[in-house]
Amino acid sequence: MDYILIIISAVFINNIVFAQFLGVCPFLGVSNKMSTAIGMGFAVLFVITLATIITFLVYTYLLEPFGLGYLQTIAFILLIATLVQSIEVILKKASPSLYQALGVFLPLMSTNCAILGIAILVIQNDLNLLKATVLAIGTGLSFLFAIILFTGIREQMELVGVPKGMKGVPIALVTAGILALAFMGFSGLV
Amino acid sequence: MNNLAVFTKGIFKENPLFVLLLGMCPTLGVTSSAMNGMGMGLATMFVLTLSNVFISALKTQIPDNVRIPAFIVIIASFTTVVQLMMEAFTPDLFAQLGVFIPLIVVNCIVLGRAEAFAMKNNVWKSLLDGAGMGLGFTIALTMLGSIRELLGSGSIFDFKFIAGDGILIFILAPGAFIALGFLIALINHLKRAGIKPAPTKDNK
Repeated sequence: MDYILIIISAVFINNIVFAQFLGVCPFLGVSNKMSTAIGMGFAVLFVITLATIITFLVYTYLLEPFGLGYLQTIAFILLIATLVQSIEVILKKASPSLYQALGVFLPLMSTNCAILGIAILVIQNDLNLLKATVLAIGTGLSFLFAIILFTGIREQMELVGVPKGMKGVPIALVTAGILALAFMGFSGLV
Repeated sequence: MNNLAVFTKGIFKENPLFVLLLGMCPTLGVTSSAMNGMGMGLATMFVLTLSNVFISALKTQIPDNVRIPAFIVIIASFTTVVQLMMEAFTPDLFAQLGVFIPLIVVNCIVLGRAEAFAMKNNVWKSLLDGAGMGLGFTIALTMLGSIRELLGSGSIFDFKFIAGDGILIFILAPGAFIALGFLIALINHLKRAGIKPAPTKDNK
């Protein structure tokens, strides 16, 4: 039950984009077309889960016992960058079809603040490995959910006459704001 | 490009937030008050300036193939410096900014300037570029923070001049998106209205 609650709260209440403001750059950047948005969403889900598990293990069994907690930021960003590179190489060999779908999004992952953000938040909140993994999956799902919703709206918005100054990013931001407002309705759900 | 232009382009013409649209996450996340916005801006400016200087000084030593990991290590080191300093000297601000301080590492502005400017220019120009871009980012964050604080709680820098609660939504998450959206729209509009004569001046 605990784990279901973690997922529900990650997707609806503490939505990574609308409540925590992590991963806004890819959220605004690739939400023009549904197919790319879905690809990006799944790539984030995939990388965030693996990255959280690996950074958690490294922190608990390597950095903490040796009193190197202050190296957290450097260690995590390097781990994530290495992980992304290796995923890219492995996918290319092992599953070309998956690589076709996610490949272009992978290099963007190492500068995605949602991934580093969750890795750090997991350590800050003293979660155990299982809870951390569930939270990472929940966060990945929440990003996927948010970007699909948003892309649907943005595709429709292409057809609407928007004032010149508001075209592009401004209207996208205002739309995201209204969506965030809707998501606030979920607070108090858990 | 003369030194003054290198410094000022980050503030107006290539403002990282309003024009280049980089660094959205910390912008939206921390600007619930003017003070937080300025703190975050200054922290980013510190990292940006020093990493620009170091990368520029080391540019002949860094092999081209591994330059991105090398940049990341340099940037992450300075971010850790800021993180530890803020934890020690401004614990309240540090608690408010939370996870966004270590996330300076993944701020696209810092890596972007390293790749686009520091790698190609000398140390002095890189310093000016980093300081200018950082200042532009700080101004943008302080501006957005002030607007949100003014609308949300009727004060700026905790100096209260409107009694009552204000429009609460502007200090909460949705207000961040909406306020930034309108601010960028306003700047787009001013740019279209005002900068039109500028290109001809630049050409001559």
